[in-house]
Amino acid sequence: MSRTMAAKLALARAVGALSRLRGGGATSAPGKVLLRVEPRAIATLASRLKRGSVVISATNGKTTTAAMAAGVLQGASVNLVHNQAGANMAGGIATTLLDAARAHGAIDGELGLFEVDELWLASLAAQLHPRVIVLGNLFRDQLDRYGELDTIAESWERVLAAGEARLVANADDPLIADLAREKDALFFGVEDDTLALAGMAHAADAKHCRRCGAPYVFDAIYLGHLGHYHCPSCGQQRPVPSVTASEVRLEGVRSARFLLRTPSGEAEVSLALPGLYNVYNALAAAALASALEIPIETIAAGLSGTRPAFGRAETVKVSIGATASQPAHARELQILLIKNPAGANEVLRTLALEPGEHDLLGVLNDQIADGRDVSWIWDADFELLAGRVRRFTCSGSRAADLATRLKYAGIDPARIEVREELSGALRDAAQASPQESAPLYALPTYTAMLALRELLVARGEASSAWA
Amino acid sequence: MPENFPTLRVCALYPDLMNIYADRGNLLVLERRCAWRGIDFELSSSGLGEELDGEAHELFYIGGGQDRDQRLCAEDLIENKRAGLKRAADRDAVVLGVCGGYQLLGHSYILGGEEIEGVGLLDVTTVREVGPRLIGNVAIEVSLGDGYGAPHTEVLAGFENHGGRTHLAGGQAALGRVLAGRGNDGHSRLEGARSHNTIGTYLHGPLLPKNVWFADWLIARALGPQAPPLAPLDDRLEQQTHLSARRAAGV
Repeated sequence: MSRTMAAKLALARAVGALSRLRGGGATSAPGKVLLRVEPRAIATLASRLKRGSVVISATNGKTTTAAMAAGVLQGASVNLVHNQAGANMAGGIATTLLDAARAHGAIDGELGLFEVDELWLASLAAQLHPRVIVLGNLFRDQLDRYGELDTIAESWERVLAAGEARLVANADDPLIADLAREKDALFFGVEDDTLALAGMAHAADAKHCRRCGAPYVFDAIYLGHLGHYHCPSCGQQRPVPSVTASEVRLEGVRSARFLLRTPSGEAEVSLALPGLYNVYNALAAAALASALEIPIETIAAGLSGTRPAFGRAETVKVSIGATASQPAHARELQILLIKNPAGANEVLRTLALEPGEHDLLGVLNDQIADGRDVSWIWDADFELLAGRVRRFTCSGSRAADLATRLKYAGIDPARIEVREELSGALRDAAQASPQESAPLYALPTYTAMLALRELLVARGEASSAWA
Repeated sequence: MPENFPTLRVCALYPDLMNIYADRGNLLVLERRCAWRGIDFELSSSGLGEELDGEAHELFYIGGGQDRDQRLCAEDLIENKRAGLKRAADRDAVVLGVCGGYQLLGHSYILGGEEIEGVGLLDVTTVREVGPRLIGNVAIEVSLGDGYGAPHTEVLAGFENHGGRTHLAGGQAALGRVLAGRGNDGHSRLEGARSHNTIGTYLHGPLLPKNVWFADWLIARALGPQAPPLAPLDDRLEQQTHLSARRAAGV
């Protein structure tokens, strides 16, 4: 390692330490400093990784997919450099590499595993030269920040045209399949007719064939616009996937099972994560591992052993102070991140599998990381909760917008409470249930999820996300 | 007296293509607010290749779409729906165009070297200029005061996200004056356009949930002067939502 590189790493580390001392978000600050003093740092440090890098991009499920892939790869004794805190733009990835960098041109890890923000994929792929690129899905997400889906699809197309990476792609997403079809991709998909939905969700995208513009005919819709489809006009078909999930069993808000098939065999997978969306995340991770020639037993064991990433179906205990009617007690709180219509719909669908009426805490923020535009809540099917709400406490900077959405979804306004300030809202929501065994479900947007976790950490009820 | 109300027949144009910013929220608000008042509500759609009957509905809605979808719809609009929409406007039906839908109600949208023809119900032209998209919270002041229950001056609050800059011809009235945000072109301080019951605006997607007074104004205009006045509803949550959208815009 050149002296100057060592000095630059040391400088960036010092700034990072300072930022951590001050309690700031240290997941990308040191990397940003490093990139300012050494713009080629990502390429330089990544080239030290003996087994190269793999990247995962998608609008939904990146963090969970990467966590599952990490579980599998660690089970195969691969030493990873992984941006597990979810900081997935240049600063976050530079920070991850900086943390792993050692003296004399060494790095602590063999393989880079990076989740990458969808709009950063082009620039980061050019620096990381990944061996494998996983494209999970393309749903509407934060249009105020990212523009139209077509814009993202076009930038991905350029990445694929430029790269030498092996492509792992979701066959069930027509937008992605259309990008990947000519690229000798390893496709994954769901093969289970019992899961097909009656109709397409309101927020579904990519319903038209990219080749000829005719509407796709869906033979089965599994989730948003994911499913089995063909173009009646030009004959375009869903690619046949070689990594599949069949015999899928969704077990409420806690777990799911399926039969995984890869080119090297089949195995039963039992996920500690709920919903079909997590089956798709698991398939993406399995296909990635399969592309890296990990044995199927190791894949199944790694997937089954993956615990929820923070804020993604994570469960914590919250204590509730004594009131006139109840002694002090603890109540289970399950955090289900919602950040765009497709993700929210899967969370709502999963919640609807749980019997009875629920206590919910929805936290809708409109900071930059959430998307300043809260329009998307009108594309999410909160109608799924009509008749299933005991009490819905709405919090966050746009609490009232969420409350109005719920009212128009058919939830009785008498069961809707608006309380913008989060700690008061959490206290009210947690206290609402007479049966302490019933969990409280929190549905926060991204910054709201961070704020909620911070609050729980301060109360000693959750451990720090960055530990 | 619900029996005195005619049915409100709403037609959504291209609901599967021109719906990028949750435009269905607007339709849901119209439907619910009619239902709560006992007014019959009938929603139909008109998609690619379908002729539009300008006599068959009291309110026509066209939302926003991606450029590619908007192009498809523009061609179809000229071919199959222009006459129907003109007829609708002539008989005082409400025509509401939001975001891309607003652009299509004008004469043309110039995008790169290409000119997309619109139906020309509003005397406006739109140009995609180099420069950033106009994105953010927005609030405008509108004066609709004409005996349909809306106060003389009110605020519409929402979110805008558009690459096109829309220019009004000399005689064309804007929908409102920009209090915060960018509006039609980022500098005229004007937002949207209105010719009698034909309205275009960049306040995209679910504009009506944030401004239920405007939803009611549209319902009243669509039902016409013979219909009885709309009964007030319990709008406490909707009021808070309106205030939260205004606060986001800084108004």
